Amino acid sequence: MTALLPVLILLTSLIPALVTFFLRQESHLLRNALNLGGAVLKLALIVAMLVAVAGGATYQSAIPLAPGLVLLLRVDAIALLFVSLSATLWLLTTIYAIAYFGDKAELSRFFGFFSLCVAATTGLALSGSLISFFLFFELLTLSTWPLVAHKQDRASLDAARSYLLYALPGSAALLWAIIWLESTTGPVLFTDPPDLSALDPWSLRAIFALFILGTGVKAALVPLHGWLPAAMAAPAPVSALLHAVAVVKAGAFGVVRVVYDVFGAETVVALGVGVPLAALASLTIVWGSVRALQQDEIKKRLAFSTVSQVSYIVLGAALAGPYAMIGGLVHLVHQGLMKITLFFCAGIYDERAGVKRIEGLNGLGARMPWTSACFSLGALGMIGLPPMAGFVSKVYLGLGGLEAGAPWVLAVLAASTLLNAAYFLPLLYRLWFLPAPGDATGDERVPALVAPAVVTAAASLGVGGLAASGVSPLAWATLIVTRGYAP
Amino acid sequence: MSALTAYALTGAALVGLGFFGLLAARHLLRRVVAFNLIGSGLFLYFGAAGGRGAAPDPVPQALIITGIVVALAASALAVGLVVAQARASGRATLPGEEDAS
Amino acid sequence: MTALTASLVLPLLGALAAVALPRRAAVAAALATTALTLAAVLWLLVEIGTGGTVRLVLGGWQPPLGIALAADGLGAAFLALTAAVMAGVALAARHEMAPAAAGPRAAFGFWPLMLLLWGALNAVFVSRDLFNLYVGIELLTLAAVALVAIGGKAEALAAAMRYMVFALAGSLLYLAGVVLAYGAHGTLDMDLLAARTPARPDGLALALMTAGLLAKTALFPFHVWLPPAHAGAPAPASALLSGLVPKASFLIVLRLWFEVMPDRAATGALMVLAALGAAAVIWGSIRALAQARLKLIVAYSTVAQLGYLFLVFPLAGGDGAAQPWAAGAWTGAMFQALSHGLAKAAMFLAAGLFMVAAGSDRLGALRGLARVMPMTAFAFALAAITLMGLPPSGGFTAKYLMMTAAFAAGQWIWALVMALGGLLAAAYLYRPVAALFARVAPTDPRPVARARQAVPLVLAGAAILLGILSAPPFDFLQIGRPEAAEEGL
Repeated sequence: MTALLPVLILLTSLIPALVTFFLRQESHLLRNALNLGGAVLKLALIVAMLVAVAGGATYQSAIPLAPGLVLLLRVDAIALLFVSLSATLWLLTTIYAIAYFGDKAELSRFFGFFSLCVAATTGLALSGSLISFFLFFELLTLSTWPLVAHKQDRASLDAARSYLLYALPGSAALLWAIIWLESTTGPVLFTDPPDLSALDPWSLRAIFALFILGTGVKAALVPLHGWLPAAMAAPAPVSALLHAVAVVKAGAFGVVRVVYDVFGAETVVALGVGVPLAALASLTIVWGSVRALQQDEIKKRLAFSTVSQVSYIVLGAALAGPYAMIGGLVHLVHQGLMKITLFFCAGIYDERAGVKRIEGLNGLGARMPWTSACFSLGALGMIGLPPMAGFVSKVYLGLGGLEAGAPWVLAVLAASTLLNAAYFLPLLYRLWFLPAPGDATGDERVPALVAPAVVTAAASLGVGGLAASGVSPLAWATLIVTRGYAP
Repeated sequence: MSALTAYALTGAALVGLGFFGLLAARHLLRRVVAFNLIGSGLFLYFGAAGGRGAAPDPVPQALIITGIVVALAASALAVGLVVAQARASGRATLPGEEDAS
Repeated sequence: MTALTASLVLPLLGALAAVALPRRAAVAAALATTALTLAAVLWLLVEIGTGGTVRLVLGGWQPPLGIALAADGLGAAFLALTAAVMAGVALAARHEMAPAAAGPRAAFGFWPLMLLLWGALNAVFVSRDLFNLYVGIELLTLAAVALVAIGGKAEALAAAMRYMVFALAGSLLYLAGVVLAYGAHGTLDMDLLAARTPARPDGLALALMTAGLLAKTALFPFHVWLPPAHAGAPAPASALLSGLVPKASFLIVLRLWFEVMPDRAATGALMVLAALGAAAVIWGSIRALAQARLKLIVAYSTVAQLGYLFLVFPLAGGDGAAQPWAAGAWTGAMFQALSHGLAKAAMFLAAGLFMVAAGSDRLGALRGLARVMPMTAFAFALAAITLMGLPPSGGFTAKYLMMTAAFAAGQWIWALVMALGGLLAAAYLYRPVAALFARVAPTDPRPVARARQAVPLVLAGAAILLGILSAPPFDFLQIGRPEAAEEGL
């Protein structure tokens, strides 16, 4: 049974995905039941495992594909952090997506690839070896393409093409790095860091750079971020998934794996590649915020905000110290909750009030109070207002910077906070304080759209406010770091 | 010069002639003839190679007969294609090679 | 042993029946033959899987006088690939090669030629005699050329003629090599030749045979005949020509260099073969990027994909054969051949269905077809994933094994070629996929039944499954392999 659990978790998304492809457009009930059922089942499995893993248990399944090519799935604390985030948000996004699409065209295709995307993310989180990670990383690339292209109009297809244009060379770089490394060290398992002594430092640096190139495309590190704002052409549930659960998170998670489980924090410091990576992450944080400030479309502004925020996780990994690591890991969850709230709300504004640009937000707070309240909570969290989730992340990252002897991180965080405030506060001002134009319309009478946003907004308030309690993401991240990553 | 060497040399000369025809001729029928020349040259050489030892080796003779049958079938198909192409396009050369003989 | 005989004889009997019987009965006989041969091949696979290589000495005459046949893991894997593709093609051809759709002459000629091609392929895959192989590939060429010409259009005839010129030249070069080898050793049996004492003409014989076979395999720079021939044939015929036919001549090259004359495999020669393969990958992909017709894109992609196969020579041949990475490289190349066969057949069959629906294979005419034929579009996309070498497909397993071997052997340049080839494949296959998924309603498409659309989907799915379940085929391929692999890398 314990050897089956990781596979079971994967199947809760994979089976609905595969079955959904063959459902007719009209079989709404069956399709929704399958996808929601899978999501609920997955969540139940995860809750059951959380308790056991907190007690120190791990679950592992190995599926041999070819000699040297073993699919290794492993549930440990860090995998569970990512899986529980993706499973929770999958359930909420599915509810949201069902309400969002109603009975628009090609729903079986959409939900099929949507669940496949989540299955890939789950597999990626559970991967216990580099090559398994790569397999799911690619599955994610491929299953995301039809989601980005879903509307099939010019803008979507261009966005989908640009996504592949970035992602496929990234995958090639990643595969190159993996094969280069493994041709010397043998298959790399995350539990069992490889012996890197056979490789000279410059080869190791080159391999590290290739790894960052491969994962950095998905994590939208500057200058590899161009696809992400373009992908805004996709429907709102896809954006939510891309930005909070699947793609960018997979990239950031990959960076964490590479730094801590492939190279190991000491080697990263010894090779001198941690500081350049941290600098790149800092550049991304500031650059993303500056670009966000220049956007007039709500979704574009949020997209650049993601570029900036995801690099907090990369920064945490690059600093290679326990506090920074906690900050990075906890931000993986925090950013997901806050960003998905913002995208849910942006989708509601678009769908119910036809508002795409920030001018349209004027006075919407009165007509759409629930949505606007959630949006405001998400935005304040992003800025890092205590006791919201973003504040906790920033405190730990700042401590991590000091600990790693890089006080300039504080300056980056301060600048980012100011910029966050500069691009989010005007939106809040427009929502609540500016008068609505005379011909304004819009309502929020679709509970299934609003409820997921309310849940995630409440959660992003809760994980910050209750950070000190034993069940918060912060406690879990601390558990991960004290258990395996403390230098 | 023994008879066998003469056979072998004739075979080699036929192969050479055939390759010249294959490269120089544009008309497809000439090319088919060139293929047959090469084939015949090879078979002649093969026969000579089989005649060397004390007793003649029967295997090359069997193979040559098989080879001739195969070559005949190939020639028939090739000539059929030439005729069909000449009917369809009015030329008995490959497209892009119409200039010469 | 009975299964081996049946899988060789049944297609030929079926071909005769398809010529002799009237139209309806001919199609029925051809389909029955397909089913029976498929069953025979499956039976043979079970025999080999349980009892190892199956040998058959014709008429009880032992080599050197007689001719031996042997189905080892490698040969049987290609028998299985052929049977799978043939079954798919036969199902597709029931509709596409009907007299109303293809004209009476093509409708009559297709079935005997298909079965003849099958018989020739099976003979080549299991033959252990160099002259028997000559007869096999000659028969193969004749059937393949006729399948190109079957449409009867002027450009198809010209393409067939060009193919014929290359193929006949190749046959004669091969024959010249065979004659030299016989002159030197007095035998043409592969196993006896492998055990012989090396002689001086061996190098020349090997060079002549290889050059002839490369022309038939359409390796760069002998590829010019392939795109017009494969694009000009009717779609079910293209599936056979692209997916299976070049594999037969490749397999002979492989056996020559790995089994018959491994001592003649000088490093320089192996490098030349791989360099030609690398050039094929790059040049074929670049040419594919420039095409405006789907079938031409897919045909140029064949030129590129065949190039990967030749990268195996420096990685697992010559001195490399004894290295620990050889098994991985060799098996990787075979995975490439098998998954390419399945995926390419799926692609051509899908292209055929698109042509039925849209009346043309110009990319502009295909726009929006995914809406009308989602299954076929999905099959095309799945096949594309295999050709790009992305996981979880057979193409990925192939690339992973070969790239790992290339790194282990210190020849990372071939790994670079494979990585670049994958990206180029993504680039040239993206255009048709994007056209299919465009949001325009295609003008008046003809409906295609779902059952017909399922055929390419099953073939493309098999190419993916080859990646997901790659352990059993990996082990199967090692049966009877000369330097049996202990552990892959």
